[in-house]
Amino acid sequence: MTALTQDQGTRVEAWDGFQGEAWRDTIDVRAFIQANYTPYTGDSSFLAGPTARTTALWDRLRAMFPVERERGIYDVDSHTPAGITAHAPGYIDREHELIVGLQTDAPLKRAIMPYGGWRLVAKSLEAYGVESDPRVAEIFTKYRKTHNDGVFDAYTPRIRAARAAGIITGLPDAYGRGRIIGDYRRVALYGVDRLIQAKYAEKAELDERWADEDTIRLREELAEQISALRELKEMAASYGYDISGPAGTAREAIQWLYFGYLAAVKEQNGAAMSLGRTSTFLDVYLERDLASGLHSEESAQELIDDFVIKLRIVRFLRTPEYDQLFSGDPTWVTESIGGMGEDGRTLVTRTSFRFLQTLYNLGPAPEPNLTVFWSARLPQGFKEFCAQVSIDTSSIQYESDELMRPKTGDDTAIACCVSAMTVGRQMQFFAARANLAKALLYAINGGRDETTGETVAEGFAPITAEYLDHAELDAALDRMMDWLAETYVHALNVIHYMHDKYAYERMEMALHDRDVERTLGCGIAGLAVAADSLSAAKYARVKVIRDETGLAVDYEIQGQYPAYGNNDERADAIAVGLVERFMTKVREYPAYRNARHTQSVLTITSNVVYGHLTGNTPDGRRAGQPFSPGANPMNGRDGHGLVAAAMSVAKLPYEQAEDGISLTATITPGGLGRTEADRVRNLAGILDGYVASGGFHMNVNVLDRATLEDAMEHPENYPQLTVRVSGYAVNFTRLTREQQLDVISRTFHESP
Amino acid sequence: MTDVPTHLPPMGAVNSWDLSTGVDGPGTRFVVFTQGCPLRCLYCSNPETWHMRGGFRCRADSLVAQARSYVPFIAAAGGGATVSGGEPLLQPRFVSALLHGFKSLGLHTALDTSGFLGARADDHLLAATDLVLLDLKSWDRSLYRRLTSVELDPTLTFARRLGKLGIPIHVRFVLVPGLTDDPANVDGVAAFTASLGSVERVDVLPLHKLALAKYEKLGIPYPVADTPTPSREQVDDVRERFAAVGLNVV
Ligand code: SF4
Repeated sequence: MTALTQDQGTRVEAWDGFQGEAWRDTIDVRAFIQANYTPYTGDSSFLAGPTARTTALWDRLRAMFPVERERGIYDVDSHTPAGITAHAPGYIDREHELIVGLQTDAPLKRAIMPYGGWRLVAKSLEAYGVESDPRVAEIFTKYRKTHNDGVFDAYTPRIRAARAAGIITGLPDAYGRGRIIGDYRRVALYGVDRLIQAKYAEKAELDERWADEDTIRLREELAEQISALRELKEMAASYGYDISGPAGTAREAIQWLYFGYLAAVKEQNGAAMSLGRTSTFLDVYLERDLASGLHSEESAQELIDDFVIKLRIVRFLRTPEYDQLFSGDPTWVTESIGGMGEDGRTLVTRTSFRFLQTLYNLGPAPEPNLTVFWSARLPQGFKEFCAQVSIDTSSIQYESDELMRPKTGDDTAIACCVSAMTVGRQMQFFAARANLAKALLYAINGGRDETTGETVAEGFAPITAEYLDHAELDAALDRMMDWLAETYVHALNVIHYMHDKYAYERMEMALHDRDVERTLGCGIAGLAVAADSLSAAKYARVKVIRDETGLAVDYEIQGQYPAYGNNDERADAIAVGLVERFMTKVREYPAYRNARHTQSVLTITSNVVYGHLTGNTPDGRRAGQPFSPGANPMNGRDGHGLVAAAMSVAKLPYEQAEDGISLTATITPGGLGRTEADRVRNLAGILDGYVASGGFHMNVNVLDRATLEDAMEHPENYPQLTVRVSGYAVNFTRLTREQQLDVISRTFHESP
Repeated sequence: MTDVPTHLPPMGAVNSWDLSTGVDGPGTRFVVFTQGCPLRCLYCSNPETWHMRGGFRCRADSLVAQARSYVPFIAAAGGGATVSGGEPLLQPRFVSALLHGFKSLGLHTALDTSGFLGARADDHLLAATDLVLLDLKSWDRSLYRRLTSVELDPTLTFARRLGKLGIPIHVRFVLVPGLTDDPANVDGVAAFTASLGSVERVDVLPLHKLALAKYEKLGIPYPVADTPTPSREQVDDVRERFAAVGLNVV
């Protein structure tokens, strides 16, 4: 082992100059931040560009991306099941890296993570032309049971049918559930030894508790967490760092924090491996080092750039179908930035700016998923910088700080796209989503699937009238939603039981309090289709066209109906009602580990795949046509501009969709104003207006159609073109052709 | 006259309403596009608004009610309401009711007009107008006639009146190569604009031909179909001419 390196002598000095007491004796990062951070209310003029070192390092990686894009993966280690210490240390360019650590021993080399399911690993390897290692295959088929095996042992025929038909989709039953944010800051602030000690103390408290199932499981989990922390230390040591004590400098703080995160992504292939809310925490260290002269603005920015480079190359081995579902190669390394504190001070610091600055210094990119917590009270300089970065890069998403703070506090971070949780104190059982549009068709067809004719939901009578009657349809949908909610929560309980059992996230959970709050993050897709279909039945006449078996396969709309997305109460109220109703129904079925039910209106990019699985709908949408993403109105039906559409979305109640409501807005530059200064001010204004109206989330793309069309034809000219889709950013050239067309066909809000 | 008798609530012919940002006055705005226009500008982007019968008839108060739901958004975002067209002043009573209605909601108001029917805007209407977006299409009288099919003088008279009343004006000048780009013409518009006193901003808009599809759909010839769009240099040159007389030009 190499000699352990340290920026400063002894760890005793690590907390020098830090204020406050509450965080010293208990693990409480928020208290530390509150006592020590320096709000920044100025503008972006202080920021520094990339150093030559940064650019050279990034260019080295960039040269590898085309190969990765073409082959699907750059490289894979098919022999070593992943783990925190499974791989030898890896470097991009050892001499020139400020922050070190890779998931395997080489950049872009992916690891296999078979605990979720061997089949998925085998399929992924096969898809990329790599042979599985027979020894590993034997271990995970003969000796070691996986999460996926467990789930299918306990699924019922009804769940299997619902899953196969696509009325419930994207379930994390073969891949890691993700959406758990370790409080990686704890590693930097306290050092690992202190965290281990705290876990021992938490465990000891259980010694006298009666040995029921919950207690036994919890004890085992705590033991697992402790071994993960030990392995974390060992992994860091392999890179030459002793992280048993607290970080003493900004560079160490970033390095310690990153080691914590790295350990998590070395071991878990979670659907979303989010980072948390780190920028203002790190700013405390950067401020201290800037004050002592250890850093200049340039070197401070350089550290952040280096850190972000690492976050940009997190990779998981997944199947091409998975990538098709989610577009590209998403990891959701979501970093939450900005917002306001409970005491009224802004949580914006210089380092909030520095994170956004990476989009200039390294160019636009989908990861890390930079998420700004918006409030009208944010400092104007920060608002304008965000707007500027959005206009220039389309790489930021916004979430309402005003809606989240009262519920999850001012140390909230987003997991994945829109899932808010208190860092280190709350976790989610990710639950993908149920297809409401399909449920509506099942209501019409008495549980038969409109594409196969097979009965999926047993015991329902079809609607037989020639014209849809709104009241009859609504009542039938209500019953079908009961069936759907029950089937859905049942499946989720099985999944999360097995995930805890066979693929427990010991590293991420080691960086949580023992008694976390758990939510069951359910979700719905096809909201706009379902709402518009009901609106059509209510305000127009919808004739049902049936095949010879009586299966409703198409609809003829006579007259006009108000569509969701025009701030028209008639249609919007239907959408609101659907959200409320499904949430109520889901809540009726108790969740595994007493999780609190929530739901999201989010599809990421799977709106395309869900559309594929769903036949003609009574709103006039054709079979196979994509749904609108998230809570968006259907493409082209929002006729009064972005603000009217946003107002419709803002009506969906956050209390009934606490896991987030996603709106993707695509605006042409001209649709924001004629001059650059106008555009910046106007975009910031739109975000103020949206949050003031109760809107929760907005993806902002500032793009023109011509650019996207050109990028489809000449992808080689747009290696870094980033587009925000429901809750997430993707590299446009990595989308399938169909997804590209879907993005282009989406309503562009342009100047008339 | 197209106006209805005064004892009935003001109604008008409307093409559509919309929310726009940064293009129909400052910020995010509730915009009513009225139907009908007596001009026939060669480069008109909204030929569907020319004939009154093309739109739908609508009460002013129902549009104001529509706008009301956007007030919190607009108040936070910055912006207001704009009456555009077509030519709004073809329906002065209706437009006056709209502007007063928007003002009563606390919204900043803008009137987007060619100025040709400025005489129909009485002082009561202008009292509810915070900003006029005024198209000064040309300084040369015969060119103006060729461009618009109507006379220039009413617009100039209206502009002077706005200046005297101190109502802020944003002037728009569309740069059409071969038509409005003559330096003498540009300088004439610039000098007149500068003389008004209440012009806050001049937008020099390069000709665009995005309306082609609309003309094809309506089956009418698009007069500028073969006109080139101006180069960056041409636009900059015209901007400089406005800036040279002390105007804030973008
Ligand atoms: S005044 Fe406006 S609406 Fe009327 S013809 Fe000219 S450009 Fe078109």
